[in-house]
Amino acid sequence: MKTTFLDFEQPIAELENKIEELRFVQDDSVLDISEEIARLQKKSQELTKTVYAKLSPWQISQVARHPQRPYSLDYINSIFSDFQELHGDRAFADDPAIVGGLARFNGQSVVVIGHQKGRDTKEKILRNFGMPRPEGYRKALRLMRLAEKFGLPIITFIDTPGAYPGIGAEERGQSEAIGRNLYEMTRLRVPILCTVIGEGGSGGALAIAVGDQINMLQYSIYSVISPEGCASILWKSAEKASEAAETLGITASRLKTLGLIDKVITEPIGGAHRDTHQMMQQMKRTIAESLRQLQGQSIDQMLDARFERLMAYGRFKEADTV
Amino acid sequence: MSWLNKLLPPKIKKDSKTNKSGVPEGLWSKCSACEAVLYHTDLENNQHVCPKCNHHNPLSARARLEVLLDEEGRREIGAEVVPMDILKFKDSKKYPDRLVAAKEDTGEEDALVVMQGSILTHPIVIAAFEFRFIGGSMGSVVGERFVRGVQAAVEANAPFVCVSASGGARMQEGLNSLMQMAKTSAALHLLSEKQLPFISILTDPTMGGVSASFAFLGDVVLAEPGALIGFAGPRVIEQTVRETLPEGFQRAEFLLQKGAIDMIVDRRQMKQRLADLVTLLMKQPAVA
Repeated sequence: MKTTFLDFEQPIAELENKIEELRFVQDDSVLDISEEIARLQKKSQELTKTVYAKLSPWQISQVARHPQRPYSLDYINSIFSDFQELHGDRAFADDPAIVGGLARFNGQSVVVIGHQKGRDTKEKILRNFGMPRPEGYRKALRLMRLAEKFGLPIITFIDTPGAYPGIGAEERGQSEAIGRNLYEMTRLRVPILCTVIGEGGSGGALAIAVGDQINMLQYSIYSVISPEGCASILWKSAEKASEAAETLGITASRLKTLGLIDKVITEPIGGAHRDTHQMMQQMKRTIAESLRQLQGQSIDQMLDARFERLMAYGRFKEADTV
Repeated sequence: MSWLNKLLPPKIKKDSKTNKSGVPEGLWSKCSACEAVLYHTDLENNQHVCPKCNHHNPLSARARLEVLLDEEGRREIGAEVVPMDILKFKDSKKYPDRLVAAKEDTGEEDALVVMQGSILTHPIVIAAFEFRFIGGSMGSVVGERFVRGVQAAVEANAPFVCVSASGGARMQEGLNSLMQMAKTSAALHLLSEKQLPFISILTDPTMGGVSASFAFLGDVVLAEPGALIGFAGPRVIEQTVRETLPEGFQRAEFLLQKGAIDMIVDRRQMKQRLADLVTLLMKQPAVA
């Protein structure tokens, strides 16, 4: 598949185009230009490295939303085996914006749940651009309770612009569905491992992201509001999204510094989509390591630690008044 | 007061400056719904419910607590917790400047006031949102005061009540604000474990991160008449679905019909209703 390049990657795109052209020429040429191709490839790699070494938070947001970025099902299908997708909230519908089911991770039974975006127009619509409705969150909770009943660890992948702001979603209790998950996940008696793989869009992301370890991919984002949303409210202009991204502190590295997440998972040069094989390997290693850490403690210890982490969120001053 | 102020009609004075208690100066107020011009004392004596159209006008956090709690034995909780600027957040205004302005407007340090006391002699802890403080937005201080309120309720073996009025999470504290949704929701387990009731009262407006966390987790969820309650704001929904929203959408009456809340309670009956509910849940004798 041809790589889609973002605006700020245009110099890389030009080099890659040149390489493509040369390859095409080489096929019916007597001259050996493979050395020239290798030289350009190296140059492209280095250029990518330089560009990616100093990405702004807004540029990282664009990588996080890259149309070719691996989605939940890509991770599920390549690093889990025997995935049995389970459907529906048993009350209203099945929400394709959240997928989940039973699977094996390195042979061990687990429940895996993730937001799911669509690749082509048809699938994008089916998946509602990864924006769940209440039934999606209720399906997720149903599966998490199933995990608890059978003592299976829960692994979640977070990748959503946010919960869907629609009429039906409101009528069926979007708020309640999200709040309920936050409450229930606090006390589920199995390990919960959460990884932000793309967009961590506000409450719609958090609703499957309360757990014992919260990890983020290097070029993913996690935010209380989208940079565009924040800009249109506070600056009265969506064009200020880049400033908003900067000040909101939404990148993995910033959130790690702020102590809000546990691990930053390194991505291949140029982002997860540039070398999905390598990305999958890296993800598999991290999940294995995290599960080992979580399963090394007693359930009660783990629940205490989970609760303490939740209670410790937030920064404030204590005045010695009153 | 200068001679000029004395000469100005009350309506202009009202617009220019409000005092610390949130009550506009001057003798006359206008109902925001029916526009009836009302004698301010009448409105105040009626808990800011319009005597003409029954519209529930906004009530400040302290006025709310004044109405709900018995006069005796009140104690504020969490006042020592005050905000800080974690992100050095700056949009058109710096966050610390917004905090100062909000404090000047409301007399509060942040958007939640928590008080321990009693309701018709039954011990209780009540938290109330101050909507005029940056839209009643929930940041670190709101979350921490909420949790301290819950803890105080547990220690006193008393029910916990939260009166919400909020636009949602506070953007200026970034992801820390989002995490307050998880923090406040999680804290409710402390009450559940002791079989202590959590009653959630939704007032106009209860949206976003507050709505999508503890607000709907009440053992009983009440709402004031006409309150706007929802996850996404009406404007955002309209822009997303490109449809006109149905009449009364996201209003308390709509939520009751959809099965999202237990009941709608007139503000003037709220104290009695609250006392009835908590005594029933706590298997205590009925209150007079």
